[in-house]
Amino acid sequence: MANKNAYRILIAKPGLDGHDRGAKVIVRSLRDAGFEVIYTGIRQTPEMIARTALQEDVDAVGLSLLSGAHMTLFPKVVDLLRKTGLDDVMVFGGGIIPEEDEAALRKSGVAAVFGPGTPTVRIAEFLKDALETGSWKSSPKKTAKKAAAKKKGRHARR
Amino acid sequence: MRAAKRRAATADRALSRGSAASRSRRAAAPELLERVRRGDQGAVSRALTMVTDEYSGYEAVTRAFFPYHGGSRTIGLCGSPGSGKSSLVNALVARVRKDAETVAVLAVDPSSAYTGGAFLGDRIRVQEHALDEGVFFRSLATRGMVGGLNETIFAAIHVLQAYEAAKGKRGFDWIFIETVGTGQDEVEIVDVVDTVVCVTAPYQGDEFQAMKAGTMEIADVFAVNKADLEEVDKAVANIRDAMSLGPDAEEGAWVVPVHAVSARTKKGVEELLGSIVDHGRHLEETGKLLERRKRQLRKELSLLISRLITRSTLDRVTERHIDLLLDKKSDPLTLGRKLIRGGA
Repeated sequence: MANKNAYRILIAKPGLDGHDRGAKVIVRSLRDAGFEVIYTGIRQTPEMIARTALQEDVDAVGLSLLSGAHMTLFPKVVDLLRKTGLDDVMVFGGGIIPEEDEAALRKSGVAAVFGPGTPTVRIAEFLKDALETGSWKSSPKKTAKKAAAKKKGRHARR
Repeated sequence: MRAAKRRAATADRALSRGSAASRSRRAAAPELLERVRRGDQGAVSRALTMVTDEYSGYEAVTRAFFPYHGGSRTIGLCGSPGSGKSSLVNALVARVRKDAETVAVLAVDPSSAYTGGAFLGDRIRVQEHALDEGVFFRSLATRGMVGGLNETIFAAIHVLQAYEAAKGKRGFDWIFIETVGTGQDEVEIVDVVDTVVCVTAPYQGDEFQAMKAGTMEIADVFAVNKADLEEVDKAVANIRDAMSLGPDAEEGAWVVPVHAVSARTKKGVEELLGSIVDHGRHLEETGKLLERRKRQLRKELSLLISRLITRSTLDRVTERHIDLLLDKKSDPLTLGRKLIRGGA
């Protein structure tokens, strides 16, 4: 099946932790859901992520982080993307992110956060809906609400 | 089984970014061209999206960039999966950057035949150049084309050829095109670039493999990668022996060099680039460059024609046609001819 213009997603691992099994699972599941997925390996700086997003003209950047530096690194990636002129690139994240940090992350421009145990199909569905409707752009609050509603089953095992 | 079904269901809901959300991605041709000519890599990236995704208005973009064809040295790298093409591209990029030459890379990876999705992973090997302004890297999915490339590859190349890194300096100095990991028969690349580098590695077959037609025939330069492995001398000898079986080269003909290289230790990379440069000079001095450029234009035209015809015909195929075949009321040959003529 040829997919003339599939959504392109960059999965990136900022920071210093080298645990990328989660990122690989996401890459695989998004590939299987019909996305073109670019993965750049571990230990990427926010600058590298922003430049990669620019050159690959992606629709969204998914950040995976397990080291606890998400409050510093996620907003930095969002900032750099916007400074690069990539206003239409959605940022979402996953990994070990405490629930109490999610609201602040969303405020800083991260459209959604997916914790461990999130069914991968749900992430694909979220991306598809958000990118199709552009809802993450026009009303971040609404997207946040939606994500919160979906979060209910987030700890369910796959 | 259930997982497979669910995946298929998700994929069925046609993931296409030509929808409302992506409207901002479209850009007018004159503006894009002007920005690319100014060396704006964001514009290069957007122009590549326009011509590879074929958003409305892509025709104007494709036409605007076409006149810049021929602007860069184009090098294709082919070889089987895992032979180290991306790593070798990384080593070559590092080498040409030493001379402050600019380089663009188009790396093609396969699209899934089932979902249309793709994992584009070539970039992992070149991330050390991610922040280098003199390097532009773009991953492409095959999107249904066989032969190791993407159907819109020529339009993408022309965008890179129009890029102006410095005033009066047209195109990236180098354009490297990495095909998908190919098997024995994917030779499309030979009609796309000026110089073809075939990448192989030790333990990939004996002297009889090296004697076969197909990808072994299209190399202008051979790179036996992973020269840090033991069997490299044997692999080099196998290829040299196989080539020596052919008729003697005519006076002044290009003799295909075989290099042992290691993308990991960078051993032999200097010599490999030397041969690539030599081949370019050989093409120019013998007038063969013009021949190759004409061959490329012929290929671009033929790709486009078959694409236009195939697409317009395939768009008209419906369930009803498949039912006709199922019920044996027609056959593929009759139906196919009818559809191409615009009937059925």
